[in-house]
Amino acid sequence: MKRATLFDIISPVMIGPSSSHTAGAVRLGLLARNIYNSSIKKVTFKLYNSYAHTGKGHGTEKGLLAGILGLSVDDRRIKDIFNSNVAKNVEYSFEYSDDFRRHPNSVDITLDGEYKMFIAGDSIGAGEILITRINEFNVSLSGNYNTLILVYKDKPGMISNVTSHLQSKNINIASLDCDRNAKGKDASMIICVDGNIQDSVIDKIKNMSDVYFVTYVKKLEN
Amino acid sequence: MTNIITFEQLKNECIDRNKRIYEIAQEEMAKDSGISIEEVRAFANKSLFNMKEAIEAGMASKEPSMSGLTGQDCDRLQKRYKTERSMFGSLFEKIVEYAIATSEENIRMGKIVACPTAGSCGILPSCLIGVSQEYNYSETEQINALITAGEIGRIISVKMSLAGAVAGCQAECGVAGAMAAAAVCQLKGGSVEKILNSSALVLKNILGLTCDPVAGLVEIPCVKRNPFLAVNSITAVELSLSGVESKIPIDEIVDAMAQTGALLSPMLKESSQAGLATTKTGLKIKKKIFGSLT
Repeated sequence: MKRATLFDIISPVMIGPSSSHTAGAVRLGLLARNIYNSSIKKVTFKLYNSYAHTGKGHGTEKGLLAGILGLSVDDRRIKDIFNSNVAKNVEYSFEYSDDFRRHPNSVDITLDGEYKMFIAGDSIGAGEILITRINEFNVSLSGNYNTLILVYKDKPGMISNVTSHLQSKNINIASLDCDRNAKGKDASMIICVDGNIQDSVIDKIKNMSDVYFVTYVKKLEN
Repeated sequence: MTNIITFEQLKNECIDRNKRIYEIAQEEMAKDSGISIEEVRAFANKSLFNMKEAIEAGMASKEPSMSGLTGQDCDRLQKRYKTERSMFGSLFEKIVEYAIATSEENIRMGKIVACPTAGSCGILPSCLIGVSQEYNYSETEQINALITAGEIGRIISVKMSLAGAVAGCQAECGVAGAMAAAAVCQLKGGSVEKILNSSALVLKNILGLTCDPVAGLVEIPCVKRNPFLAVNSITAVELSLSGVESKIPIDEIVDAMAQTGALLSPMLKESSQAGLATTKTGLKIKKKIFGSLT
């Protein structure tokens, strides 16, 4: 677990009232937007537990939608987002549920547009978040690093092939997590890096055989 | 990553190298994140600027919170101080007003600086900015004080989570108070030992503080708790500058606070299942709020 820095303690500058229920909600929306990485036409949020019960008094729904629309945690438009022009072109709805196996502050985000995507995440305190699931894959994404996400065929050599493309540009890997739904079936790879990955490297990885899906998720700015 | 994870280490580093806490903190932050010390200070300055803006906005607004229950207390204070001055003088007026102004800005979805958290956002700014205005401390001195405060919060966070849901309000308003005391002690030119001692005195005084907000919202008792903790911080600095020492070292107090937080019932940690939240009136308020919001 990453230790807090001096900056974490004296920030973020944010729209209140709650770092977990407001700023965290914006950041969950923003990171989901970055992961989806395409124009969003429709979004459904399913709020769980504390998010479901106290969300309205904390602006949690406003925060989630604002994040999906690309607003940062300190954007004054969050307060009145439902009546804001930026929300005009997206169809949105909210559902509420209790499930105590889930984190107290968690949300499922179903996005629709060019394709459908399911993203689940938790607001884990002090504005820090964790995306825990993308479609059928378990992940652990904090938004604190630029991150490459791949879905590919589970077979020997894939990790070294992908990482060799990064090594060729001297890109340092901060963390690497893999998951698969079954041997020889779909697998996922989440690579957090220091610095940036150039488009040319991403294109090379996209063109690898047996790589089905690649998306580059930019880290959150605040 | 910086190797400084205890206050003992921080103190020794300051003494061995004859430096202030903010100098060590900004140096370590710059080194860890590959940026310059000027960039670290610019970041702190941005937070400071937004703290001042939140105070101004909060002082000027009477808009109610989302629940409709709070939001006019800063106005009440200002009205009274126009005709009847505080028993403790103008600095006290500033601190109490600024702490409530910032907290009320937070609950009406205004822009604030979480420091360390949103619920405790009024404590450090009210002390830092109130004292700086009263004694004309420069922007440079204010940034030094803010970085000092941030380092106090950072080291506490190594040992424990600063979330009410994990360790109660002692971890939010308590830590904010410890940070505020450090900031003011730095402004007043207190030694490194006296700065750490001020923070220690604040923490010792709030051990066990629960987080039992009515209806689960950051309003009751959170808003009013901000000026109380702010004033506690000034008390701690007064004691510390006079040579009153905490007999328990700050590192051990933080251990005790982490332990206390773990032992505190989950019902008293931001779950609104006990305490003020489940009083007869607390429950009535909850019903009223969610009746009107849903």
